[in-house]
Amino acid sequence: MNVAMTLPTRKHEDFRYSDLAALESVWPIPTQEIVVADGASDTLQIVETGAGAVARHVSITLGKGAKFDLRILSGGPSYGRIAIDVRLADDADFTLGAAQLAAGAETLEIVTEVTHTGLNATSAQIVRTVLAGKSVGTYLGRIAVARGADGTDAGQSVRAMLLERTATANARPELEIYADDVKAAHGCAVGELDAQGLFYLMSRGLTPAQAKRLMLQAFIAEAFTGAPDEATLSAAALARLEAIL
Amino acid sequence: MLTIHNLQATVADKPILKGLSLTINAGEIHAIMGPNGAGKSTLGYTLGGRPGYDVTGGTVDFLGQDLLELEPHERAATGLFLGFQYPVEIPGVSFVQFLREAANAQRKGRGEEPLSGGEFLKLAREKAGLLRMDMDMLKRPVNVGFSGGEKKRAEMVQMGILDPRLAILDETDSGLDIDALRICGEGINAIMRKPDKAVLLITHYQRLLDYVKPDFVHVLAAGRIVKSGGADLALRLEEEGYEAVVQETAA
Repeated sequence: MNVAMTLPTRKHEDFRYSDLAALESVWPIPTQEIVVADGASDTLQIVETGAGAVARHVSITLGKGAKFDLRILSGGPSYGRIAIDVRLADDADFTLGAAQLAAGAETLEIVTEVTHTGLNATSAQIVRTVLAGKSVGTYLGRIAVARGADGTDAGQSVRAMLLERTATANARPELEIYADDVKAAHGCAVGELDAQGLFYLMSRGLTPAQAKRLMLQAFIAEAFTGAPDEATLSAAALARLEAIL
Repeated sequence: MLTIHNLQATVADKPILKGLSLTINAGEIHAIMGPNGAGKSTLGYTLGGRPGYDVTGGTVDFLGQDLLELEPHERAATGLFLGFQYPVEIPGVSFVQFLREAANAQRKGRGEEPLSGGEFLKLAREKAGLLRMDMDMLKRPVNVGFSGGEKKRAEMVQMGILDPRLAILDETDSGLDIDALRICGEGINAIMRKPDKAVLLITHYQRLLDYVKPDFVHVLAAGRIVKSGGADLALRLEEEGYEAVVQETAA
């Protein structure tokens, strides 16, 4: 992704669903560069729970056999954009687990570009979005497998849950593959909470908000499974879910 | 305890219950039997407050409260338990987590102190033992991967933990093998056969009633109770069939 110095317009695919007025207030977006040396591992946890507009751009370069674990909890900002670029050399491994929890008129987006440049690298992205009110939640995810990056295994699992029909979920997974012997599993779904399950839980005495919260905790849990600080992420997600229900 | 008067209910605008009346007193076990499509499950769901089951007439009094005015979770807190014919699978939510929250939500609704983690686990272990269910199964996601029999036993464990005043058990016997049927029957007796509690069993068959002896048996047909009697009525139904007994009533 090229971050130009001029404010993007609706015509830029990567900003198509952005809150452009809010974007202007945080423009330009600084790039946070992360380089992980050959054979090294690193982790990053991004928790955005403040109310103000925020936009981040993280560019990650993984050396041969390097590993990176990135977890994101975005819930609270009126506008929250987190853009991630990753480049993977031979045998590198990238994990993204992200949850976006929006309500009211908030707009949250996660934009990723994962480029496999080396042999046998693996990447896994799990993104869970919960949308209440008139909020908008977007995931734009491009996976590029360069010529010669054979043996790539790149997965995307993207699911959004609409708590009200007035909310909007956008999801655009993209694959660009120029190599052979590539595995690229991707799943994308937008849905609503299961009414039968909710009634079952309520019939046992849970209030409607408790029943929804419990099902949503389960829905987003996968994004934080195995995170270095899973407890903190889960607790912050729980507090946010209780606030939006 | 429960007084249903002239209850009428529709599902998707189709009338299913057409003036059903029934009184259940504390200490009694009632069985409702009837052919497919008579409205047996609709009665259970309507009393439980399931969305989509619309009451169009009649009244239901439960422990002095207008049951129909209450939300499903308020009905539970008042002491109503609905055993599902098809317990719902909820991936990612463990029984232990959900039941502790449910038990404490009910206690809060009644102005009681919540159970601590230790107190809850002790209670859950005791009730699971009653139904011969391994405690480890309650650490798994709600009903996910459970066999039909395990789901029904888990329903009874939930009933034991939540300790309701009235249990409406919708075809608890369906999908059970002989041993599981006996275990569930004994569980119902151990948990619910008490002077201050009552049970409404909804069933197709007499066999559960061998273990849970009903004080009253009712035949539900076309949305109404068309015949009531003692435990012997269930035996007659088993022998003669619904049609003969219902015909006799009409004549």
